[in-house]
Amino acid sequence: MARALAVLRSFLPFIVGIPILYVIQVFLGSYSPALALIAVTLFVNVVLAVSLNVVNGFTGQFSLGHAGFMAVGAYTAAKITLAFSGLTIPVLGHALTQQAVFAVALSASMFTAAIAGFLVGMPSLRLRGDYLAIVTLGFGEIIRSVIENMKFLGQATGLSGLPARTNLVWVGISAVATVVMARRLAVSTQGRALFAIREDEVAAEAMGVDTTGYKVRAFVISAAYAGLAGALISHAIQLCTPRMFTFIRSIEVVVMVVLGGLGSITGSVVAACTITIALEALREFQAYRMVVYALLLIILMLTRPQGLFGTRELWDLPIFRKLMRKPAVAGGEGASPTEVRDDSTSTGGAA
Amino acid sequence: MSAPLEVDKVTMRFGGLKALSEFTLTMQPGELVGLIGPNGAGKTTAFNAITGVYVPTEGEVKVAGARVNDEKPHQICARGVARTFQNIRLFKQLTALDNVRIACHAGAESGFFDALFLTGHHRSEEARILARAEEYLEVMGLSHRRDEVSRNLPYGEQRRLEIARALATGPKVLCLDEPAAGMNAAEKTDLMRLVRAIRDRFGLAVLLIEHDMRVAMGVSERMMVLDHGVTIAEGKPEAIRKNPKVIEAYLGDAYLEEKHIAVPQQQENSK
Amino acid sequence: MTEFLQHFVNGLSVGTIYALIALGYTMVYGVLKLINFAHGDVYMVGAFAGYYLGAMSENGEPTLFRAVLVTLGSMIFCGLLGYTIERFAYRPLRHRARLTALITAIGVSFLLEYSFQLKPWFHHPFEFPPGPSPRFFPALIDFGGESPSIEFLDVTIPKIDLLGFGVAIALMLLLQFIVYRTRFGTAMRAVSFDSQVAGLMGIPVNRIISLTFMLGSALAAAAGIINASSRPKIDPLFGLISGLKAFVAAVLGGIGSVPGAMVGGLVLGLTEEFVAGYTDSSYRDAIAFTVLILVLLVRPTGIFGRVTAEKV
Repeated sequence: MARALAVLRSFLPFIVGIPILYVIQVFLGSYSPALALIAVTLFVNVVLAVSLNVVNGFTGQFSLGHAGFMAVGAYTAAKITLAFSGLTIPVLGHALTQQAVFAVALSASMFTAAIAGFLVGMPSLRLRGDYLAIVTLGFGEIIRSVIENMKFLGQATGLSGLPARTNLVWVGISAVATVVMARRLAVSTQGRALFAIREDEVAAEAMGVDTTGYKVRAFVISAAYAGLAGALISHAIQLCTPRMFTFIRSIEVVVMVVLGGLGSITGSVVAACTITIALEALREFQAYRMVVYALLLIILMLTRPQGLFGTRELWDLPIFRKLMRKPAVAGGEGASPTEVRDDSTSTGGAA
Repeated sequence: MSAPLEVDKVTMRFGGLKALSEFTLTMQPGELVGLIGPNGAGKTTAFNAITGVYVPTEGEVKVAGARVNDEKPHQICARGVARTFQNIRLFKQLTALDNVRIACHAGAESGFFDALFLTGHHRSEEARILARAEEYLEVMGLSHRRDEVSRNLPYGEQRRLEIARALATGPKVLCLDEPAAGMNAAEKTDLMRLVRAIRDRFGLAVLLIEHDMRVAMGVSERMMVLDHGVTIAEGKPEAIRKNPKVIEAYLGDAYLEEKHIAVPQQQENSK
Repeated sequence: MTEFLQHFVNGLSVGTIYALIALGYTMVYGVLKLINFAHGDVYMVGAFAGYYLGAMSENGEPTLFRAVLVTLGSMIFCGLLGYTIERFAYRPLRHRARLTALITAIGVSFLLEYSFQLKPWFHHPFEFPPGPSPRFFPALIDFGGESPSIEFLDVTIPKIDLLGFGVAIALMLLLQFIVYRTRFGTAMRAVSFDSQVAGLMGIPVNRIISLTFMLGSALAAAAGIINASSRPKIDPLFGLISGLKAFVAAVLGGIGSVPGAMVGGLVLGLTEEFVAGYTDSSYRDAIAFTVLILVLLVRPTGIFGRVTAEKV
């Protein structure tokens, strides 16, 4: 019974959240489509930033090819939704069928992006630091170049007329799923192995961690979520072109992750929101917007390179620790790596 | 039952430099072997060749009977060889507990899927790992540092933590690279006691690189002396202490003359 | 056969541009272990500096003297730009994580690109910033209307390309001399091996690094002008892709190696020309990246690179 309640409790946010998001979406959609789009972009950026953080932040590898995986996911999903846009399963009706098609498309986008992540990661992750950055950038550009040359994918003009399936419900679920994924990873053995690789790869290897294997796995997971983001954004603006996925896009995501703090999920979320909102607020300044963005980037690196949150998380704050204290039995959701087991033990070093 | 570690005439060449020449060592379960020699003698190189950081240029390394020359360090670790590093290589930003927990992972069976979907398998394994890690911290007297970020620990405790971490991989052979470096006399005595206690409690063989003669001779049951990559002496500590070749390697032949000790016949190829 | 030679000539022409830019990357990486993302944009600034200087000296006809003046002026200007970037954006981060400096470099790159794309603030004596639309680089040298190119074995070689090639080779030889025959060059190489020890030996590390930057930037400026003389359409973003390809060239030759950058640039230029010429030229840009990936997977240290192992 306790277990059933626990499971129910973990799904509660979704049960409550989905109707709320749906209502907001309907409201915003009719009141201000522009605002709705900004909200969608914000959630998509959260997915992008948190997923990239798994590779760049947790594992300490420098990937600059995130946009390439976005493209793979976007085009996969687009092809599916376009192919089945007329489908109606009698028992469900057209609207519901299309939602189901979209769900399939999103899953497929994650799948193909994951495969792309594997293919790129396997050969690349043997390289260190700067070299990895450039190789991933190169792969991202190659993916884009290939897409640009395939008639099947619309070449340079891309695919247009995509059904507008993305709404706050979908991006909301996606964003939450991404954060949950990252968090569960962070508190697990596997996540700790990623941190170890970041801290000292040689030592991690000596302690039994298959560093290459883990790096590839992190890369694959990250790529899958990037694909999801790509699929979501292209179905929001109903368009899918190679120009949407250049390495500039990759760099923009890297900036979000660094701003938030490499390794901090909270940081990525906050940074994604901040940057999305800031870029929108500065929109009236048009071209100056990017100049300001560039200047801020330089100043940020000069003054606070660890970003807003460093490697700290919101849930490391003492109040959250108390809230998430769980019975001393098997670890479960909510276990923080440095969690206190009972009140009497104090955290941190003694004198 | 094959020996936990057999090193057979391993030679390491880096370009024209022969860092290690025909290094041979067989360790029996529970043995305490000390590896000494002047700086640059090739001791850490031997460690690296054994643990898979280097691929031996010549010779063979066998762990529990299996040849491991071409295996990666993490595979060799899984077979039962663990090590510490000359310059401490802790996971600096992680807590002491996490440092040890990562090493426990070496045998972990659950994968990413389990972690992401929080399967029961994963949960019970997490609990097991937590319990094991805490046990190792206790063995090394570091329980009170459990949640401390490892880079904040005092030097001596960092060294102990590194040992705890290596122990957590569940090795049959533990390779310690200068564990007493930077410690004061009291800490060194504690360390000697600790190494013997570890061997007694976990039944593993220990291979120890040390510069401090008191520690090396106090802990080892058997010793090997390297100089310029060549093994110049092997045997019990008392014999090594008096061996003229060893004395010459450390102190030079001027010392030998002064003490009227006969200069041993040298094979010139080692110099 | 003619086609082959034509591609060969074009490849050399493009390759020398890549080589000049690659030299800047490789020298900076050598002394700072930093990939200066902004270098491609310095190349762009060099072309624009030439554009503006050329426009300002409009009163005379194109003469050799004017061409030299414009080129030198641009090189000096970019040298100063390089100094400023290093001094204020990279030097404070010298002891921080490499990632931080890399991101800063990206920031500088963006800054240059986007500020040059702003609409002009003033129009006299010239429009600056140039704005996003392409501009036409003025002809600095006039070879006379009748024969702007020479014909050799049925291959057309524009004289300006020939001149550009010559200048590029001259500059590379000059750099070769500087790096291997002067005290500055020795100091620069010392810093690239071990900056800490170099400093202890009395080498003014900061000054050497600054000079290295200035030298690399000046070469990029020269490349910008040479390139713009043959392909006169310039816009604020054209440095990006060339910069990236030049980086590939530097990696191909062995990042940190001066002869490597030269060889890498020529090899890349030729490869690109031949592959694009004989197959589908729409994959042109992807060729460079394919080369990059192949190099990094097969021989990451490049043609002339040194392998440095980490001491465990």
